[in-house]
Amino acid sequence: MVYALCFVLFVIGLYCTLTKKNIVKIVIGLTIMEYAVNLFLVLLGYRKDGVAPIVEEGAGPLEFLARSVDPLPQALVVTSIVIGLGVTTLAIALCVRLYEKYGTFDISEIRRLKG
Amino acid sequence: MGIELYLFILLVFLIVGALIAVETKNLLSSVISLGAIGFGLSIAFLFLRAPDLAIVQIAVEVVLLIFLIRATIGRDVIPTKGHIHWAGLLIVCLLTVGFFAFGYYAFRSLNEFGTPIISAVGNAPSNKYLADGLKETGSANIVTSILLDYRAYDTLGEATVLFAAVLGALAVLRGRAWSKREKDK
Amino acid sequence: MNGMTVIVKTVTRWLKVFIFLYGIYIIITGHLAPGGGFAGGVIIACSYMLLTLAYGKEFTLKRLSLRAGHHLDSSGALLFLVVALFGLGSGGIFFANVLQNRYPGAKFTLLSSGTILISNIAIGLKVAASLFLIFIILSVLRIVLVEDGSQKMIQEEEEE
Repeated sequence: MVYALCFVLFVIGLYCTLTKKNIVKIVIGLTIMEYAVNLFLVLLGYRKDGVAPIVEEGAGPLEFLARSVDPLPQALVVTSIVIGLGVTTLAIALCVRLYEKYGTFDISEIRRLKG
Repeated sequence: MGIELYLFILLVFLIVGALIAVETKNLLSSVISLGAIGFGLSIAFLFLRAPDLAIVQIAVEVVLLIFLIRATIGRDVIPTKGHIHWAGLLIVCLLTVGFFAFGYYAFRSLNEFGTPIISAVGNAPSNKYLADGLKETGSANIVTSILLDYRAYDTLGEATVLFAAVLGALAVLRGRAWSKREKDK
Repeated sequence: MNGMTVIVKTVTRWLKVFIFLYGIYIIITGHLAPGGGFAGGVIIACSYMLLTLAYGKEFTLKRLSLRAGHHLDSSGALLFLVVALFGLGSGGIFFANVLQNRYPGAKFTLLSSGTILISNIAIGLKVAASLFLIFIILSVLRIVLVEDGSQKMIQEEEEE
């Protein structure tokens, strides 16, 4: 159920990317898709009644092993979030540049003005 | 129930925010809705016991909002126009619905929510990290010990990608100078 | 344009120090508590963005020039690579945690995890400098070719 709702978020981003004509809207759709994928990876690693993967002083190692959530998706998603920021920023720079050249965010206008 | 109910409410909030961000006409409202989705996602990470991710997400969201508002504010005075291709829209809707049905069918093969792979598979890599992380790397935060010790090569790749993003933004915006110079001639 | 009103400037003058210190705290306790190089780097970049937005671009660029930003960015990446090659040279494995293997510190203290602390600082430096550079490039600067053919970065003139 939770997985399905997360997938709905992804599909909304996909729909936005495919149908909208505004470049900034397309960037927003890409960002929504990225959020959905990050959330899905972290959802996969959740353990019922789990604890955060940080060892506390005086805790038994076996008990920690049995209760902690999966740390591997979290470590990879941290990297993914920062890379997503870099990619989105590059896309925004492209948008700003296109606006300066053509004076509009509309991709059909931009396509018509080519050449 | 507990945490699943909270997550359910939060995900419905995220979906409503995403729909508003996609369908609203005003670009600034759209960007602000995207900010609401990001902060909601940060709360979801807190519920899922991932405090590292919550901190990173909230800081990244602030920076992204600043960038996006800088790019859009005062710009879109001309609304996008032109007739809508109804046939194309229909095809896209059918594709997305079909994609969703396919994904929903695939998700049934996953474990039930709350039972990760590490609880089913005894010798998964995460189990080794959790058991030996403190002893081998001395780091109490297992996420950091994976990020900077066990899988530091990924982090090196991330640094490279960030460097490439800076270079790309610089190269794209450098073109401004050329067009201005041609205009002057 | 020389920044915002005096209220914003006064608040920023007090607040920027705390944001910067919070970023440093997040970075250097990344192996004990939630946080780490990524989060701390973004927070430090945020403090510089706040300074730019409140005081205007000349003020910030006088204190942290674009060239210094480039050097910080490169040195962060280089420090991270030096840690990796150091592990390769003395441990036999790329990114081997040599310091922890040779001199294990007391657990749950600041110096407990060998090269992870150095790596955290390197990553924080890298992320902070990169985001600051992107912000400056995206919003403030315009690169023009001056007459003698050399490239020079000047501030964008206000249009309209």
